[in-house]
Amino acid sequence: MGNEFFPLFYGFHFYLFGLIALVSSILFVTRKSPVAAALWLINVMFCLAVLYILLDAQFIGAIQVLLYAGAIMVVFLFVVMLLNLGHPSELSDIRGKGGRLAAGFVGLALLAEIMVLARAEFPAKLTLPAAVTTEAAQGTAGIIGPIAAPLFREYLLAFELTSILLLTAIVGAVVIGKKREAGDAG
Amino acid sequence: MLAESLALSAALFTVGVVGVLTRRNAIIIFMCVELMLNAVNLSFVALSTLYGASGQVFVIFVMTVAAAEAAVGLAIIIAIFRHRQSVNLEDVNLLKG
Amino acid sequence: MQTELPATGHPLADTVARFVWLLPALPLLGFVLNGILSVRAAATIGPADPSAHDAHGAHGAHADGAHGDHGHGHGHDDGHDAHHPARHPSAALVSIIGPGVLFLTFALALLIFGAMRGAGDAMHVPFVQTLFAWMPTGNLSVDVAFQLDQLSMVMVLIITGVGFLIHLFSVGYMQDDPGYPRYFAYLNLFVFFMLLLVLGASYPLMFVGWEGVGLCSYLLIGFWFSDKANADAGKKAFVVNRIGDFGFLVAMFLMFANFEALSFAGVGAAAAELSVGSVVATAICLFLFLGAVGKSAQIPLFVWLPDAMAGPTPVSALIHAATMVTAGVYLVARSATLFAMAPAAQLTVAVIGALTAVFAATIGLKQWDIKKVLAYSTVSQLGYMFVGVGVGAYTAGVFHLMTHAFFKALLFLGSGSVIYAMHQAYHATHKHEDAQDMRNMGGLKAFMPITAGLMWIATLAIAGIPPFAGFFSKDEILTSVFARTHGSTLADASWLGIPGGVVLYGVYALGLAAALMTAIYMTRMMLYTFHGPNRTGEKERGHLKEAPWIMTGPLLVLGVLSLAGGWFNLPAITGGAIGPSEVLHHWLEPVVGTGTLIVTHGEATHLSHATEYALIGTAILIAVAGIALAAFRLKPAELKPAKDAPAEQGIEKTLLNKWYVDEAYDKAVVRPTVGLSRLVLWKGVDTGLIDGLLVNGSALLMRAFGWLGSQWQTGRVGTYAWALVFGAFLVLSAFTLR
Repeated sequence: MGNEFFPLFYGFHFYLFGLIALVSSILFVTRKSPVAAALWLINVMFCLAVLYILLDAQFIGAIQVLLYAGAIMVVFLFVVMLLNLGHPSELSDIRGKGGRLAAGFVGLALLAEIMVLARAEFPAKLTLPAAVTTEAAQGTAGIIGPIAAPLFREYLLAFELTSILLLTAIVGAVVIGKKREAGDAG
Repeated sequence: MLAESLALSAALFTVGVVGVLTRRNAIIIFMCVELMLNAVNLSFVALSTLYGASGQVFVIFVMTVAAAEAAVGLAIIIAIFRHRQSVNLEDVNLLKG
Repeated sequence: MQTELPATGHPLADTVARFVWLLPALPLLGFVLNGILSVRAAATIGPADPSAHDAHGAHGAHADGAHGDHGHGHGHDDGHDAHHPARHPSAALVSIIGPGVLFLTFALALLIFGAMRGAGDAMHVPFVQTLFAWMPTGNLSVDVAFQLDQLSMVMVLIITGVGFLIHLFSVGYMQDDPGYPRYFAYLNLFVFFMLLLVLGASYPLMFVGWEGVGLCSYLLIGFWFSDKANADAGKKAFVVNRIGDFGFLVAMFLMFANFEALSFAGVGAAAAELSVGSVVATAICLFLFLGAVGKSAQIPLFVWLPDAMAGPTPVSALIHAATMVTAGVYLVARSATLFAMAPAAQLTVAVIGALTAVFAATIGLKQWDIKKVLAYSTVSQLGYMFVGVGVGAYTAGVFHLMTHAFFKALLFLGSGSVIYAMHQAYHATHKHEDAQDMRNMGGLKAFMPITAGLMWIATLAIAGIPPFAGFFSKDEILTSVFARTHGSTLADASWLGIPGGVVLYGVYALGLAAALMTAIYMTRMMLYTFHGPNRTGEKERGHLKEAPWIMTGPLLVLGVLSLAGGWFNLPAITGGAIGPSEVLHHWLEPVVGTGTLIVTHGEATHLSHATEYALIGTAILIAVAGIALAAFRLKPAELKPAKDAPAEQGIEKTLLNKWYVDEAYDKAVVRPTVGLSRLVLWKGVDTGLIDGLLVNGSALLMRAFGWLGSQWQTGRVGTYAWALVFGAFLVLSAFTLR
């Protein structure tokens, strides 16, 4: 990936948006105000969308913006608004120094481990799918083709189950979130 | 690009973990979980450039499930808020023995 | 010792002797039947409260402990005791089964004896009948096998013969006891174990019988166990016996370690290979003797026998006079060859035997309880037997065992009749005096002439007056001791640095002293009991009478045997003038001959006729002197009844209190052991270590672990999130570090 024609362009933007994503995520985690945190998260998602596009996952990038940034985060913000949590004047909910230090430690350790594992060799028994690059696949089927075809063929069952899952989630959310009237049975 | 993507994915995931451990507000913890999911999505997409579009299909599923989970989870948080007037996880301690 | 022939090759295998296994089996059957009757009836008559008469409970607290035999078996004529029926419902059946089984066994024994006589020369080897392989392990193979030879036959005849007479006596004596079937069950069981002891063909099987008779002794001593003193006496007997049993066991271990054999044949053969004075033989023999000391009540383990008088009198007669206590003598005789190889051990046996004889006799001089006198007399006579087998005169020892069984059983049964009569008298007048105290007796000859006469026969026998049985056996022992002071392995050896000959002279002297004292205290007993004025009381006198025939009959038989028993082994010096000489000696020769000859350097002992006559004369003189001394110095007329008697003082007090041996043991052994048990074992180990540290401690540890685990469950989401992350971290580490 990375267009052979404009390697510098791709590379520069990749690093730029990657950096912005990272910084935004750190800022997200450290904001006191839930609204501010949410907005920084939205920023992270936008950056990730850009990265997806740069990685030949254009459809996913679009979906990322539509779904994640545009639906899920909006719901978050709605809830924050509903529960009146927006005021930054309330006491911070970040844990004390000890907690932060320990968490930071664990985090670094986790990071180190993941990095080590990322460079590790794949175990011999793991079979990888055939190395068909997305780029090549997109050459024949277009941008959405390589996604749509497996989705409705190999992963049809999962697709259908996911739709049921969504139905369940809708029903559950409505039921749980409903305001209880006096006289309602629990 | 692959290696950097994976590195970024790892970093974002770690940030999400630290956030879960550090914050007490339920909604913010939830959002950190979303961040972790996004990190993983990035991993999938990065690898799919080499190994085919199955990675992207999986990303779709992840997003779908994340959406469902967000809906139900937030509904639960609202229900708890109605009981305890707080979304501070320290206050949700009925299991404390 | 004899070598072994396969049983099928032995001529006896075709005769009635092949039923030798029936000899122990019949009493065992009797035990089972009587036991069933005893258990069944317990449901109908309620718990068999052994002391049926509560009013007599106070008698339990006597200074010397075990006075249980207050005729608890005798019925209450006036119907005072409404709780228990006077006679056990199954009594009639038991009266047939109990003695009947013994009668059958005795008859069978006689038949087998006849077969053995008929086999003649073939009896140079024993007849061994193997029933089954008991312990076939590796190097050692112990079978359950019965060995029929001359020695065991003699013992079998004594046990079944005297045992049968005592069973008959018991039918009368115990007739009103609520535990009647239980009594006969135990008695039959005892005979079974005793027969196992003498018929066993190997030391382990003998040990089974050894332990079994100890058990039965405990059961029977504590027969009236609701009186604590009786139960304590039973326990004491068992515990002291146990100390001896330890010796027996160690001896068996040593035998196995050195000889790889535990059967009599095997050990005998191995012993013959040793040399005289071998250390192995000495060690084994000393440990065997320790077992004998326990079982046969020698110094220092004699303390249980006087206390054992708490049991019913027939039990005292059978177990503690005629049979069980003689097991030790039998053991030494059985191991004749082994002992012959260890002169040091033999001298030890002889010395301890002699010391015991004298020591017990001194105590017997001053006892007031008639049964206690007889008990100490038994201990003393057992000492004599050990002197006999200790110096290698095995025939003499076994001969004395036999005659002692006759006259001691007679004495005990006779005293049983006396006690029975005294009890009847006291019951009739509702008095609570001690029926066994000689100070309450006196002049009973007028009321019980037959018993008196028979007991005088026994007294003369035990004192050693010819021609009664005891004279021949005692004289033979003393002569044997004297003969071995020169020209024997014993004389060549030394004991604790003293030359063997000197030791044997000392043993002889002690033997004479004991004989003198025996005559004295026995005459004393007879005088106080049967002669002089009667001290029982005016009202009771009318009730004193002879015992029923079922009890007096056996006394008669024993009286005849005490009179004529000496003819079983007349000394050679009589030269066949009054009867066949040395019958027993010839009979036992195949069994103990080798051992005897080794001691005497391979030659039959000869003393010159003059010496022998002198020795015989001395013995008779001593006996007569003792009787005369007692008869002229003691004045039964000056005695007062027990409740009015003055307390003893000085040496007499010491003798009455048995030289305070029991008290010494109590201080030196019992209290430290109890203290150790209480402080160290109970408080220290049991409460502290096991309860505290192990049980409570492990519970505490689990609780701590539980507490530790519970710290995980905080109920706080933050903690759980941490746990999650930490777990993931660990899993990843596993992959990373691989």
